[in-house]
Amino acid sequence: MTLVINGEAVAVPDEVKTVGDLLAHFRLENKLCIVEVNVRIIQKHEYETKALCDGDRVEIVHFVGGG
Amino acid sequence: MNERYSRQQLFAPIGVEGQKKIRGKHVVLVGAGALGTGNAEALVRAGIGKLTIIDRDYVEWSNLQRQQLYSEADAKERLPKAIAAKRRLEQINSEVEIEAIVGDAGPEELETIALKQRPDLWIDATDNFDTRLVINDVAYKYNIPWIYGACVGSYGLSCAFIPNRTPCLYCLLETVPQGGLTCDTAGIISPAVQMVVSYQMAEVLKILVEDWSALRGKLVSFDLWTNEYAAIRIDGVKKDSCPTCGRYPSYPFLSYEQRTKTAVLCGRDSVQIRPPALRQYDLNELAELFRRQGLQAEANPYLVSVSLGDKRLVVFRDGRALVHGTKDVQEAKAIYYRYLG
Repeated sequence: MTLVINGEAVAVPDEVKTVGDLLAHFRLENKLCIVEVNVRIIQKHEYETKALCDGDRVEIVHFVGGG
Repeated sequence: MNERYSRQQLFAPIGVEGQKKIRGKHVVLVGAGALGTGNAEALVRAGIGKLTIIDRDYVEWSNLQRQQLYSEADAKERLPKAIAAKRRLEQINSEVEIEAIVGDAGPEELETIALKQRPDLWIDATDNFDTRLVINDVAYKYNIPWIYGACVGSYGLSCAFIPNRTPCLYCLLETVPQGGLTCDTAGIISPAVQMVVSYQMAEVLKILVEDWSALRGKLVSFDLWTNEYAAIRIDGVKKDSCPTCGRYPSYPFLSYEQRTKTAVLCGRDSVQIRPPALRQYDLNELAELFRRQGLQAEANPYLVSVSLGDKRLVVFRDGRALVHGTKDVQEAKAIYYRYLG
């Protein structure tokens, strides 16, 4: 499946089916992230159930503390 | 002299009227590290009326690579950052009133500023989420906008939080970030700092000239090394149940229980200890006391620095201390109470 992640087309493996899988794929599952799919922010309790489809536009922002 | 702001005034969205508004505004900058010095210099050059700078730390050599207001002399003298920043900023623009506060930006301190000074804006230039959540609570309680900014490595992000207009940081986070996020040892490059400063300052200028419709309304992030960029509209995440900006706010991060007494400093191998009641030390006397115990101690008008083998204890006038050479809060507390009672 190909997703548009942060504006770039990215091919992800077949086992990535949900937002939770996608975060795990990028090793972001333990980071504090905000995820938007097709211009809607996905709440954390939806991560494991929110299915991704080919062509979905995903924006991922993770928080850091430094400054 | 009157040409000073001419280029900023020629910029149509600001203009002469906008410049007058900027001149009448008071901004509080929480933190005077990399983001803090960048924002401070931009604000002072832009001709802000008053700038308050709060910082608990002092200048070290490792700061000079990116903390643009500081010099080698500041690091040699271990000058508190708020003081060193004020000195440099006054050279840049003597028309701006600069208030330097050497201390912690805890709930008491920020609420006191909010109540007594009614600032127009807070800028987050801290290195931890504990303080950011305090800023978030104070901002929404007193209806004062604040601008989040953070960076690490080549990555950075920023967002403007405006009471009655946008959700707050707590709505976005949903949970309180744990330690790992605040303490990163991945280093930092100066363009990442400058980029976050630019995102913050652009929103700051819009707010100061009251051009609310120009605000971005997005959480924005970038990575300057991997060439990535992301932006997310935040207006959809406002929660009625939010303890900070919901229907029945309780401002949990301003409560007594939340007041941090110790904090591990970001990537510094250092712990800050803050006594429950602030003290008032005579620093020369304190340095003498250490020397009588056979310890090597140096004082400047703001702090005393004592070498303890592979550790170093730095005590500020108000009794706040930094223990360098450990990340262990218990060990740091033990050292603090051994030498300061």
